[in-house]
Amino acid sequence: MAKITYREALNQAMCNEMERDDRVFLMGEEVAEYNGAYKVSQGMLDKFGPRRVIDTPITELGFAGLGVGAAMAGLRPIIEFMTWNFAILAADQIVNAAAKMKYMTGGQYDCPMVFRGAGGAAARVSSQHSQAFENWYANIPGLKVVMPSNPADAKGLLAASIRDNDTVIFIENEINYGDIGEVPEGEYIVPLGKADIKRVGSDVTLVAHSRMTGYALLAAEGLAKQGIDAEVVDPRTIRPLDEATILASVAKTNRAVVIEEGWRFAGIGAEISARIMEKAFDDLDAPVARVTGKDVPMPYAANLEQYALPSVAEIVEAARVVCNRA
Amino acid sequence: MTTKKQDDNQAGITQEGRFYSAERLHAMHDMMLYIRRFEEKAGQMYGLKKIGGFCHLCNGQEAVCVGMEEAAEPTDYMMTSYRDHGHILARGSDPTAIMAELLGRAGGIVGGKGGSMHMFDKEKNFAGGNGIVGEQVPIGTGFAFASKYNDDKRVSITIMGDGGVNQGAVYESFNMAALWKLPVVFVIENNQYAMGTSLSRASAETHLYKRGISFKVPGIQVDGMDVLEVERKMTEALEHARSGQGPIIVEMMTYRYRGHSMSDPATYRTRDEVDEWRSGRDPIVRLQKQMIEAGLATEADFKQKDKDIKKEVVAVAKAAEAQPEPDLSVLWDDVINDEIPNAYPYPRQVG
Ligand SMILES: Cc1ncc(C[n+]2csc(CCOP(=O)(O)OP(=O)(O)O)c2C)c(N)n1
Ligand SMILES: [Mg+2]
Repeated sequence: MAKITYREALNQAMCNEMERDDRVFLMGEEVAEYNGAYKVSQGMLDKFGPRRVIDTPITELGFAGLGVGAAMAGLRPIIEFMTWNFAILAADQIVNAAAKMKYMTGGQYDCPMVFRGAGGAAARVSSQHSQAFENWYANIPGLKVVMPSNPADAKGLLAASIRDNDTVIFIENEINYGDIGEVPEGEYIVPLGKADIKRVGSDVTLVAHSRMTGYALLAAEGLAKQGIDAEVVDPRTIRPLDEATILASVAKTNRAVVIEEGWRFAGIGAEISARIMEKAFDDLDAPVARVTGKDVPMPYAANLEQYALPSVAEIVEAARVVCNRA
Repeated sequence: MTTKKQDDNQAGITQEGRFYSAERLHAMHDMMLYIRRFEEKAGQMYGLKKIGGFCHLCNGQEAVCVGMEEAAEPTDYMMTSYRDHGHILARGSDPTAIMAELLGRAGGIVGGKGGSMHMFDKEKNFAGGNGIVGEQVPIGTGFAFASKYNDDKRVSITIMGDGGVNQGAVYESFNMAALWKLPVVFVIENNQYAMGTSLSRASAETHLYKRGISFKVPGIQVDGMDVLEVERKMTEALEHARSGQGPIIVEMMTYRYRGHSMSDPATYRTRDEVDEWRSGRDPIVRLQKQMIEAGLATEADFKQKDKDIKKEVVAVAKAAEAQPEPDLSVLWDDVINDEIPNAYPYPRQVG
């Protein structure tokens, strides 16, 4: 296996799928000549030409809708949002059109397409550029929501998302783009709807996605030093959620902490902890704890930003509390 | 263009029939130079990692900032994108507070919460500092609506880029503003690029001042590298809006010398192209030449000024840097006005 970055892994997935299926194209701001604002589409214009790798004006609602139409007409668009903050402008096309097209046309039309780009908090970019939106899209029937936490998953999940016959919300993480990891060469698919146990443990289950998976793994190392053996479960697909893997882990550990970068109220952790309560109440030795971003817009100042975000220390602390070790 | 010394006893320059006193010319020059040096300092501080995140400098575009402000009333509203340092400096906001904001300090103009992209100064009627491309355009239209509603003759100067002009909400705003004759000047800072995308790669109609035609919004094109032309044309545009004739588009032809943001190496432009603007059309050099020709200053005067301004900017940076970071408790401030204490999510609490 080769060691490559998260961004290269995404690039490989797109290139492989575009080689295999002429219907797949990439469209977005700065994806072609600039090679991507975050260089995810590096070299793709050279490889596939301007028919299939297309720079757009700054007009998110327009090109998202164009993607919806192209998908309805039989193409397989990959629509890149420079970041998911800007996808809010396109929310109508995603939520009112793509997500509902199959249903409200009685199955006549599909929208097999991927909306992808960077989500979550980047570094020091303040309130409008540091937000987690996975819970918004995860609330919508008709959408799938996918969030890779490492390079191998990035490749395998993106390939699976492009092949999927529905609309997939694929949320990457800007801070993870440079992360290096072993990634299988050639065709590599990670099926959607399948969680992954990133660390096996027996005392407490840490459920975390995207960048928070890395935080949970760091917390698990810290907890190990304190004699607490944490299991880290990464759902990878947020919707639909592989709850069986999470519930099996909780059946073993009897304790769980759910971690997310976004805001707590009506967040992903609310859904996951509710499912654990509904389906594994008898397995629990303590209430499920949540570690989330603070309930404020993201501030710019370095110290405030750090305070607003979840930290490894907070995860360790929450795990100690659910393990009665605080 | 005619540049000549005024014959009567007041020294100055008359251009296209409009007289600028020496005092006014010096003020415009000094502000442009101040912005230039301030941006250079900000770039330096970014290099030293004292400023984080996205930082968009306006070097090259100073004449737009200063000429517009010269034409505007302090009571006129102004708002722009994230490329906001120059505009807010020209508005007369406190440079130390602006630098402190860049550094994420307690005395920042929005308390360290916004950073480079989100400069606001309500006292000066400066409404940002907006990070989402095109976002300020309907907002600016709303300020104009309020002005008409209150009949207080304030104009909303709503600034966007050549990339931002492609957002749908811009046209929705043009239509509403024209329909209701709202006092708004839509300023398009056409610096030829939106990130790495040149104007012609993003716009079918590259004459952006024509973008209002189908909404009956008139448009004019202005040499945005000539502070006097900016002042003159902007004065006309403001008069148009203020007198109840509705919106107008002003396309400022300008250029950003630096990359889009500090992380953009700008390899999509040739050095010749950048040089052509930088050494051939620089707005500060241009005004200096005009003023020297008119006998209003000497090269030595400008050298001395530059030294003084650089010193001032260094002092501002020092003062800003000496400020503490915001107190952690301010994290919870200003989320909501009317906090409801006994309902979850509880104000000022983790969970
Ligand atoms: C809605 C939205 N889409 C994309 C971006 C990312 N972005 C920031 S600035 C920019 C280019 C804007 O160019 P222009 O309007 O010409 O203004 P300039 O930067 O030249 O001043 C882009 C694409 C954003 N901030 N908001
Ligand atoms: Mg531009």
